[in-house]
Amino acid sequence: MCDTCGCNLTPGNRQFAYKPVEPSATTVSVLKGLLQKNDDQAAHNRAHFDARGILALNLMSSPGSGKTALLEATLAALKDEFNCAVIEGDLETENDAERIRAQGVQAHQIVTGTACHLDAHLVHDALHHMQLDGVDLLFIENVGNLVCPASFDLGQHLNVTLLSVTEGDDKPAKYPVMFRAADAMLISKTDLLAVLDDFDPAKAEAHLRELANPAPVFRLSAKKGEGLAAWLAWLREQLTAQRARVAQGRTRLPKIQPDGVRLHTA
Amino acid sequence: MHELSVAQALVDAVESLIEQNGARAARRIRLRIGPLAGVVPALLTSAFPLAAAGSRCERAELDLIEAPIRVRCQTCGAESEAAINRLLCAACGDWHTQVVSGDELLLERVELDLQEEPQEEPMETLNYGSPP
Repeated sequence: MCDTCGCNLTPGNRQFAYKPVEPSATTVSVLKGLLQKNDDQAAHNRAHFDARGILALNLMSSPGSGKTALLEATLAALKDEFNCAVIEGDLETENDAERIRAQGVQAHQIVTGTACHLDAHLVHDALHHMQLDGVDLLFIENVGNLVCPASFDLGQHLNVTLLSVTEGDDKPAKYPVMFRAADAMLISKTDLLAVLDDFDPAKAEAHLRELANPAPVFRLSAKKGEGLAAWLAWLREQLTAQRARVAQGRTRLPKIQPDGVRLHTA
Repeated sequence: MHELSVAQALVDAVESLIEQNGARAARRIRLRIGPLAGVVPALLTSAFPLAAAGSRCERAELDLIEAPIRVRCQTCGAESEAAINRLLCAACGDWHTQVVSGDELLLERVELDLQEEPQEEPMETLNYGSPP
């Protein structure tokens, strides 16, 4: 602690450290969210989805936890039932979008270059390259990263966070901001549990609850087609709920919206 | 990491406050950041001068207030402090809680400089080398 750099200031004594405002200055109180521009754009995107009755889902996870494989299995199961579309986010390549198009489903690739997350503006630009009329489900596959994507609202209604069994079951405790934002947690690659017995799905779920998150947890293997039924049933339920909201002129914000900000500005 | 884009959003927000209030510059900027916002105060502090360079926030001091994490229990009603990865009620241990503080990323207060721009020196006093 020293008296020169200010590191001895604490919340208790901080008010004494401030010099009174000089006559040539004025103080304005603002209480404004700093991601306001992103959030305004996100609200605009969400209005586009709601106007067309689309349910938009944001998929987030580490790289390699199986987001694209999950989408392939999901689209194979649902594409005859619903009109689906996909936005892919990656630093480089069109590889993932090509895998989706191979299923006969409309996909647009956002190549972020070096950006580690999608934001509402990138998604809005992507929407201009897509045919949204008639779409029921829009999946947005975020950049593989357990940190930044959790801080940006894209305009989606729901966040889905994947945790593969090749990762640690303590990931929700290590990346709390990401897992707190999940409206559903998918434990993926469960076919490998037989050989990776140090991953305990019950512990992963307990860590999620410690983040005060009531989200449903689905255990599945996209590759082997195991456990998909519960996930697909949840998607159908969510689409029905979205259609009911749209009919009443309401919308749904994903869990990413900070409660604290709402309480402060209320 | 995205602290530079947060710093740019901050500069934009303060610039528009300067404009609205007819001020000359910002002197001091106070932000409230909760640990659950996903923004690292130290990284934001280093990113701010880059985002503010050439703007009217360039000379402003940045005060970052780290908000404590507080949760309200939906089961017993108690309000308590919590850790970033354990948002449990300190009174009853239940996980059915709501975060009431700790996920903010808020521009709280800005101190603005109202002084008039100094009058420009008349041109002729600068023309030392001009021929008579």
